[in-house]
Amino acid sequence: MGMSRCVVATVALLATAPALAQQRFITVASTTSTEQSGLFRHLLPIFEKQAGFQARVVALGTGQALGMGRRGDADVVFVHARALEERFIDEGFGVKRFEVMYNEFVLVGPKSDPARAGGSRDIVAALHRIKAAAAPFASRGDRSGTHFAELELWKAAGIDIAKDKGPWYRDTGSGMGPTLNLAAGMKAYALTDRGTWLWFRNRGDLVISVEGDKRLFNQYGLILVSPAKHPHVKKDMGQAFIDWMVSKEGQLAIAAYKIGGEQLFFPNAEGCLACLKGLAGRPEV
Amino acid sequence: MPGTAEAVRGALGLIGAGDPVLAGIVALSLAVSLSAVALAALIGLPLGAAIAVGRFPGRRALIVLLNALMGLPPVVVGLLIYLLLSRAGPLGEMGLLFTPSAMVIAQTVLVLPIIAALCRQAVEDAWVEYEEQLRSLGAEGLRAALTLVWDIRFSLVTAVLAGLGRALAEVGAVMIVGGNIDGVTRVMTTTIALETSKGDLPLALSLGFILIALVVLLNAAAHLIKEAAQRRYG
Amino acid sequence: MAGFASILPLCLRELTFAAGGRAIIRGVSARFDAGPATIILGANGAGKSVLMRLMHGLLAPSSGEVSWNGQGPARARRGQAMVFQRPVMLRRSALANVLYALELAGIHAPQRERQAMDALEEVGLAAVAQRPARVLSGGEQQRLALARAWALHPEVLFLDEPTANLDPGATREIEAVIRAFDASGTKIIMSTHNLGQARRLGDEVLCIHQGRLVERAPVEAFFAKPASAEAAAFIKGESPWA
Repeated sequence: MGMSRCVVATVALLATAPALAQQRFITVASTTSTEQSGLFRHLLPIFEKQAGFQARVVALGTGQALGMGRRGDADVVFVHARALEERFIDEGFGVKRFEVMYNEFVLVGPKSDPARAGGSRDIVAALHRIKAAAAPFASRGDRSGTHFAELELWKAAGIDIAKDKGPWYRDTGSGMGPTLNLAAGMKAYALTDRGTWLWFRNRGDLVISVEGDKRLFNQYGLILVSPAKHPHVKKDMGQAFIDWMVSKEGQLAIAAYKIGGEQLFFPNAEGCLACLKGLAGRPEV
Repeated sequence: MPGTAEAVRGALGLIGAGDPVLAGIVALSLAVSLSAVALAALIGLPLGAAIAVGRFPGRRALIVLLNALMGLPPVVVGLLIYLLLSRAGPLGEMGLLFTPSAMVIAQTVLVLPIIAALCRQAVEDAWVEYEEQLRSLGAEGLRAALTLVWDIRFSLVTAVLAGLGRALAEVGAVMIVGGNIDGVTRVMTTTIALETSKGDLPLALSLGFILIALVVLLNAAAHLIKEAAQRRYG
Repeated sequence: MAGFASILPLCLRELTFAAGGRAIIRGVSARFDAGPATIILGANGAGKSVLMRLMHGLLAPSSGEVSWNGQGPARARRGQAMVFQRPVMLRRSALANVLYALELAGIHAPQRERQAMDALEEVGLAAVAQRPARVLSGGEQQRLALARAWALHPEVLFLDEPTANLDPGATREIEAVIRAFDASGTKIIMSTHNLGQARRLGDEVLCIHQGRLVERAPVEAFFAKPASAEAAAFIKGESPWA
């Protein structure tokens, strides 16, 4: 083992001679929806200038991001599945959960609305109708926050989707973009976050079927990976990142991110509601 | 999706304008793949030559294994290196995961069998021609192998360029061990994958053009080198 | 090679060699002293090439012994050189090829250049010293092979059908060099199909038939009146006019 470490070290040294060696950074495990929306492209330069170190985002699904946290491959996790996050902390892998921002899920579907699911604010009723009509439904199926939320909604509708699904239920096992591509191509319904929907360009004849249901609320949380479990975690820098994200500067930066004039994410950090007074945006649901 | 024609125009525009994000991605791809190929050649060329010239038990099996490893799926290499470099893994303390170093390591592992196997084949073929004369002059074992490697260096350049082409074109390994981090570990192939899945074609296409151009250039270079050498040295 | 013990006489004792289940050399015994140029004759497949490689140490005998005046294998190798039917040159200049051989032989760097150029001059290739060896003609490459051997000043020079692939003009040039080797005291052991060449260059003849030594005689005696039936048949076969 010592020999192979030597070899790998030499290899690594040779390979990283330039730039990277002296950079200070933390590794943030986050979700594809936040990455693909462009939020980090907008947010991180602002953060780096103020904090003086780099936040490197590895974008996977929520499940994988938490997995990274469990293995200690990330310093901070930034995901959107409350139940999974709380389990993460209960199991001792995370220190504390900080709420940062939210947006909403929406149900999109073909304009023709074969399942007559649209037009209301009731997501549970819509899901019932989709199942009853056996209308095509595209699911993420990738242990992401969106997938997890979708499963929770089926449960809320009293449907055991794992048992009751039929060929109308398509498990794509992929990110939001590819899933929406599939939905557009197959004229299927799909659950998506509004942020992705805003930048997604290949809509075909998909439109928003259901929105505004309280149960479609999508909260994002930031958690420092526990230094007790993983002593190498950069806890000071990691906490600094969290502190910035819930601070006035961070929250304003999040609110400032827009696509085509529309805001994608809505800051709602606890204790910062006062500083958000006067910011345009939807009231907290 | 925006029309293909529109995407092509956008792509050419990005290339023409020398878009800095594009340039950065291309530069990183080249840095990672060139480093990996250099390392793989450093290890693989002597290794291939030694196997070609040596005689030891299990040699046949080793050759078969080496040839088989040429077809290692990049995602599998990525997965294995990820398990090695993850904090939960044996080499976790080195903190190499999600850095360009990890990508270099993964691509070195991917390319090493290609260079070693092709070198072994070339040296073994040459050995058939040279063996008696070299042994008559008193060159054996390592000495003979090194003489051969230098003598057939132009065929070996072709093997090395084949390795480089493979490294530049693969996406599975670098995606998994690099994490596709914006500005840090994002290379041409992983960007193409990401942007395509987002339906954002101009950047993906421009990188696709550059990648194809690079691969074509590499093959042309290999061909020209061989021809020039043939003419000069016979 | 003043100061070193000679590697001659070369003694072969009951040499056999088998490969792929076939016996190729079936018990050859012979002794070679310094002096006479030895020609090895025989039909294709008789085992001439294998015998020479056994003597030179490129092949290990299945049984029997190759002994070089009791010298060790390294010393024996140093005292020999071999020229093959097809010259094998490295992708370097003609001079560099000779230098390579000298380097392997352990000659010190300052002397190498001089010895190499001398060897090239001896065979008449000094003018093409810097030319890439592989672009030289077949005859020139074979002369270069001889120069490479010359530079080593071997006691014994093996030649395996050295002019088989050459035209008459190149053949004459090669034969001239071989004569020079002979005149300088190098023991020549050469195989050939060219009977005229055998008579021109050889002092004695060894006739091999089906892996056995069937006759050994001075060259004129051999051609005038071969003692063995196989040898007679061979000569007849090789000379359409006999």
